Amino acid sequence: MTVRERLREKISAAFYRHGLLCASYPVPIILFTSASILACCYPLLRLPLPGTGPVEFTTRVRDYTVPSHEPQGDLGEQPDWYRGPPVAYIQPVLVKAAVSPWDSTLVPVDVFRSPLGRVFSLLEEIRNHVHDDGSLEALCLQVTDLLPGLRRMQRVLPEHGCLLVSPGNYWQNQRELFDSDPDLLKTVHQHEPKGLHTSATLRDLLFGVPVKHTGVSLYSRKRVVTYTITMVLGSYDARFLSSLRARLRQLHPSVNCSLREDHMVHVHFKEEIGMAELIPLVTTYIILFAYIYFSTRKIDMVKSKWGLALAAVVTVLSSLLMSVGLCTLFGLTPTLNGGEIFPYLVVVIGLENVLVLTKSVVSTPVDLEVKLRIAQGLSNESWSIMKNMATELCIILIGYFTLVPAIQEFCLFAVVGLVSDFFLQMFFFTTVLSIDIRRMELADLNRRLPAEAGMPLPKPGPLRPREAPPPPRPSPHTITLQTPAFRNLRLPKRLRVVYFLARTRLAQRFIMVGTVIWIGILAYTDPAGLRTYLAAQVSEQSPLGDGGAGGLPPHLGVAPVFPGPGGDPVGTLSVLPAPAEPTPLPENQSQGHHGAPGEGVPLVPQISWGAEDEEGWRRLSFRHWPSLFSYYNITLAKRYISILPVIPITLHLSPREAIETRHPQDTRHPPPPSLKTNDLPADLTLYKVAALGLAAGVLLVLLLFCLYRVLCSRNYGQNGVAHGRRRRGDLPCDDYGYSPPISEISPLLLCGHSMDIECLASDGMLLASCCLAGQIRVWDTQTGDCLTVIPKHGLRRSSSSGCWEQRDGWDAVGVAEPENLGGGTEPGGGVFDEGEGYPLRRRTTPRPALFENQPDLTPLIDTNFDSQPPSHLLLTPPRDGFDFGGLVEKAYLEHEPPSPGLTLRGNLIAAGRSNGKLEVRPNPESTPLHHGKRGGSHNEKAGNNICKRRVSLWDAVEGSLRCSNEDGVSGITALAFLNNRIVAARLDGSLDFFTVDINKPLGLLQYRGPPGRSNMPPSPCYSSEDVISCQLTRSVQCAHQKPITVLRAAAGRVVTGSQDHTVRVYRLEDSCCLFTLQGHSGGITAIYIDQTMVLASGGQDGAICLWDVLTGSRVSHVYGHRGDVTSLVCTTSCVISSGLDDLICIWDRSTGIKLYSIQQEVGCGASLGVISESLLVTGGQGCVSFWDLNFGDLLQTVYLGQSSDGQGVRQLVVLNNAAIVCDFGSELSLVYVPSVLEKLD
Amino acid sequence: MPRLEEHCWRRSCTSRVESKNYYRENWVASKAEEMMSIITSVLSNVYGSLHSVQTANLIRRGLVLFTVGVFLALVLNLLQVQRNVTLFPEEVMATLFSSAWWIPPCCGTAAAVVGLLYPCIDSHLGEPHKFKREWASVMRCIAVFVGINHASAKLDFANNVQLSLTLAALSLGLWWTFDRSRSGFGLGIGTAFLATVITQLLVYNGVYQYTYPDFLYVRSWLPCIFFSGGVTAGNIGRQLAMVTHYHNATLTIHENRK
Repeated sequence: MTVRERLREKISAAFYRHGLLCASYPVPIILFTSASILACCYPLLRLPLPGTGPVEFTTRVRDYTVPSHEPQGDLGEQPDWYRGPPVAYIQPVLVKAAVSPWDSTLVPVDVFRSPLGRVFSLLEEIRNHVHDDGSLEALCLQVTDLLPGLRRMQRVLPEHGCLLVSPGNYWQNQRELFDSDPDLLKTVHQHEPKGLHTSATLRDLLFGVPVKHTGVSLYSRKRVVTYTITMVLGSYDARFLSSLRARLRQLHPSVNCSLREDHMVHVHFKEEIGMAELIPLVTTYIILFAYIYFSTRKIDMVKSKWGLALAAVVTVLSSLLMSVGLCTLFGLTPTLNGGEIFPYLVVVIGLENVLVLTKSVVSTPVDLEVKLRIAQGLSNESWSIMKNMATELCIILIGYFTLVPAIQEFCLFAVVGLVSDFFLQMFFFTTVLSIDIRRMELADLNRRLPAEAGMPLPKPGPLRPREAPPPPRPSPHTITLQTPAFRNLRLPKRLRVVYFLARTRLAQRFIMVGTVIWIGILAYTDPAGLRTYLAAQVSEQSPLGDGGAGGLPPHLGVAPVFPGPGGDPVGTLSVLPAPAEPTPLPENQSQGHHGAPGEGVPLVPQISWGAEDEEGWRRLSFRHWPSLFSYYNITLAKRYISILPVIPITLHLSPREAIETRHPQDTRHPPPPSLKTNDLPADLTLYKVAALGLAAGVLLVLLLFCLYRVLCSRNYGQNGVAHGRRRRGDLPCDDYGYSPPISEISPLLLCGHSMDIECLASDGMLLASCCLAGQIRVWDTQTGDCLTVIPKHGLRRSSSSGCWEQRDGWDAVGVAEPENLGGGTEPGGGVFDEGEGYPLRRRTTPRPALFENQPDLTPLIDTNFDSQPPSHLLLTPPRDGFDFGGLVEKAYLEHEPPSPGLTLRGNLIAAGRSNGKLEVRPNPESTPLHHGKRGGSHNEKAGNNICKRRVSLWDAVEGSLRCSNEDGVSGITALAFLNNRIVAARLDGSLDFFTVDINKPLGLLQYRGPPGRSNMPPSPCYSSEDVISCQLTRSVQCAHQKPITVLRAAAGRVVTGSQDHTVRVYRLEDSCCLFTLQGHSGGITAIYIDQTMVLASGGQDGAICLWDVLTGSRVSHVYGHRGDVTSLVCTTSCVISSGLDDLICIWDRSTGIKLYSIQQEVGCGASLGVISESLLVTGGQGCVSFWDLNFGDLLQTVYLGQSSDGQGVRQLVVLNNAAIVCDFGSELSLVYVPSVLEKLD
Repeated sequence: MPRLEEHCWRRSCTSRVESKNYYRENWVASKAEEMMSIITSVLSNVYGSLHSVQTANLIRRGLVLFTVGVFLALVLNLLQVQRNVTLFPEEVMATLFSSAWWIPPCCGTAAAVVGLLYPCIDSHLGEPHKFKREWASVMRCIAVFVGINHASAKLDFANNVQLSLTLAALSLGLWWTFDRSRSGFGLGIGTAFLATVITQLLVYNGVYQYTYPDFLYVRSWLPCIFFSGGVTAGNIGRQLAMVTHYHNATLTIHENRK
């Protein structure tokens, strides 16, 4: 056991060091690995390329003997397949025939009818040739039945006899049938397969030359017919063959033929892969791909998922290549079919280790250095990797002892592959992984420290704020505008593809290029098209042919085809050794007796023999011979045939003979091919083809354009003119050429404050703002009118002058103010009376130490007096609180040690506002009361406000609070008001539950109704006789170990978050603690809960947890931010979080996958709001941006003022009538979103 | 709303799973499958009870396993059929369906039964199978199974004993690599035994015969193939069951919430 432990430790340490090494020197290691891969793969160059093409071997005819079966070691150059007799010997007899001289009285059919007719006599001659005792019957390959599937070829191909193939087979080798055939071309064509065909056709088989070289066509210009009589011999008899050759030469001398006759070619055919073998192979490959797919799908949490998947696949593939290469290097030649065993090898080697490595490295703490992360990840998994590898090696070694050669070979490959795979994983993949992770970290660095982005600093950015002092924030006025390229927006793939297409106009260009190419190909390859036309232009004589060579345009530079009196007979375009040939002039002249030379009948078709005729079978499909033999169920796979040198035959037929052999119907064919009439249709066809192609292309373009428009109905780039206000030309969506539909949104500027706006609050109708100067203004959100101005000092007076009851209330609150607000914002001048204030003051004193952890609630204002939807409001308070704490740095620092008691100031302001409202409302006495209560349900602190309203009440509540305080409980850090209960969280982690009873004679039950309604009736008249009592019903001591930082209430639950890293859920009715949710590794900074029981929490560790409120289980847990999560909002489909890193992340709620993130400008990080289910609004430098939540599209950016520089939007409040309010320096901006209004309805 | 969402999610997930399995299924089969899944999901919507959902899942899993079994039977049978193949597609189709028509359905049914039996036994024994429960591993398992068949069909062994021993070792290796559960081993053995007995009976009654019988009337490697086939089918079945089980769990939560 100890040995094992020690081994394990050693392995782990070794892996740790290795990880450090890999992450420290990525580039040299990758170079080294690539070099070793290449070195190991080098021996593979010597292996033959896989493929099924035939291979050749040439021997001399003279001393040919049938090779023996036994391998002969001495003949080094002989391939190993050249053993034993071939399947067959092929003796081609190449016939070239022409009617010469060409007479103008001849019809086109004469070009090939009589030459083809001569095949029968030739066949007869060949069949009857006897030398010594040998005849063709004895030598040739005897074939039996055709395959059953070839009934239609039965009449054409020979059966039960010699395999002798010639064009005569079309007519069953009977001259009579040929003579009585009215249309030869039709006979030939009727056996052609319809449609596309890839292998050899019957016509190729019978003619033995490619179709276009046969010259059997009405429009043949050379008027030379070429065909082959193919004899397939079963055994080789040199004497018989040479005598046959001599006989044929003697009968039909080919005068200018200089074909080499001394070499025979042996062609070896590889194994054919049939469909039946392909199906299992394909199946294994499909399984392989599924395996790779399912494996790589698991790679996650890295910078580039696909890059890593590619690296993993490359690792496995190159390890296989290395194994084959190494095995070859040490003398083992692979005999297995590589393609067959390859999937199994991949599966055996597997991708598991790679995935395990990735997972392990990714799960290391994010804030570690990259090196350490890699090293840790490696060492964590080292033991399991080694164990797995040892197991696999054992299994394979067992396989090696099965003593089956094939399995042994497989196992050998697998062992070497495993080892090299391990090597590659350790060096190649680990390094790639480290680079990938470093890229991720660098990307984060780039965001945070734009100035240092270029530095190759592997360290992560500033550490958690708990350990490090809070990063110095630049004041809002010195902010440098960040390059918006850092706004790393992830669009959905579909949109990205569409944008890409739209940006590059790829589709259109592709279609255009395709059309042009297509038309070109059409025009070029059409039988009557450009190519033949050009060829004719080049090789054909100018019309009428009477003048001969003299009329030839010299600039063509091509020798005339037709002979003048001393014309060059071989000057055709064929690849001839033309300059060397003119010497055999005498023979050339001698052939003249066939035609009538020099008579002015000029057209003598030339028969020329060139090098390409020597091995004419090369121009055929390489499947020519296998398909011929396969018709008789003879396979050529892994066997070879020997092709003997061709026997050339030249036939010249006289016009008279041609006319004699005519069929009566032949003359009914189109009139003689006068060049004029022949050229014209060709030209017409050319034009027709061009026009047709053009029309088709245009049609295609139109069709695709329509398709394009239908698929992408949005108008890309059509509204480009209306972009006057959109100056963010560099936003991602602009990169994609997409400009969203613009509906003009003009912000309404609310001016009046003299200094920067500090805080904002609103219900639907009224908007209250407070500036640094302490002035409070109340605005009407519909019109933008300033309803009330509450100056710093006037506040108190007005309120105190209102009525004395109220004044008492104010006084009670006012006590807290001086210390909270310090200088500037202090309302001052308040009447400090009685002792009520002092306890408050005492309460605040012990707090300074907690300050960093506490949300600064300084700016809390609440105007929600009227019917405000609590669910809506529940979203806003946390934002207010936290935004401010983070953002109003200056004011914050000026303050004396702030305290949660500051909240009271919020009350105060609220009261002041309600005081202001008193001026507009007819019923000054009672409205504040109710408003205060309503507001209290949304703003935690306003709860106290109610109590302060009525002296009696205030006293009651204050008294109880004081009592608890005096019990040693510290101050209130957070308050929540739900239904008729007030929950107060205290610094020492205890929770107090109060019940508010309203005894109202007029039956005010409606106000006690559940606060979840947004459409409460506007407050009717209230009487001032309401009696409100607030009693402490229950106090939970030590609800948390540390101060409670967040308190939220909704749906009958109270959720608290604390510095002690836990979240607790209480039931509102009986104050019973339902769950303690653990999962954060830092203090809780944000909580979201709404009516649908969605609970999300964010902590100082940058983590966001989603919880199931019913079961208390954690649904998902994601790390989203560096630094605190400052606010959280959930919609039905996603979670939106913002952090101190000025990043807004949008997560999929069900899967916890980060959909995309939006980089905010510095200081605007927390300014976000959700207007509707799919519309997100964020603040920026002098503008607000609207985003489509579903796709992450930037819909619109609205600029708040003429000068967009300087002021950033730090606060943003969404009103329930689809307007947003944001601060803009010393002004307020009210932006209506008209389109959303409709959506909300 | 959550139910609707859940429904959509489940549908998409299962269809994804299915599509991964039917690589080369013919069109009709996949259409029928789709229809079945639509019908079953409609049923589950109508009744809304967990019970019918479970039944639908059972049917769906059975269908998936059946198709996989049929497909593998066709392909592996092709491996066994001689390689003396000509070039004509008609011939290929002939060899593909050359054996008796009832073999692929039988294999499919057997695969479905075994694949449903495995998770069932797991749940009855109370030891859920946790070892390597992911699709990548299942794919690996299938590939190794096909490889074993490939080896048995194509490799030239010195004698039958060697062949059988090799295949037995390979099958055990397959079980050890991908299963490692006692129930899996037992069920595999049972499958192999039953299937071999059935084949023996069939051959004895002259329904068909093997070319070179060396183990009573059949080939001696047959039990090994059946064993590894059983393990493979069980692997697929467990994976399918895990997916649906997970869905059921989430569905229950949702219903409780309501």
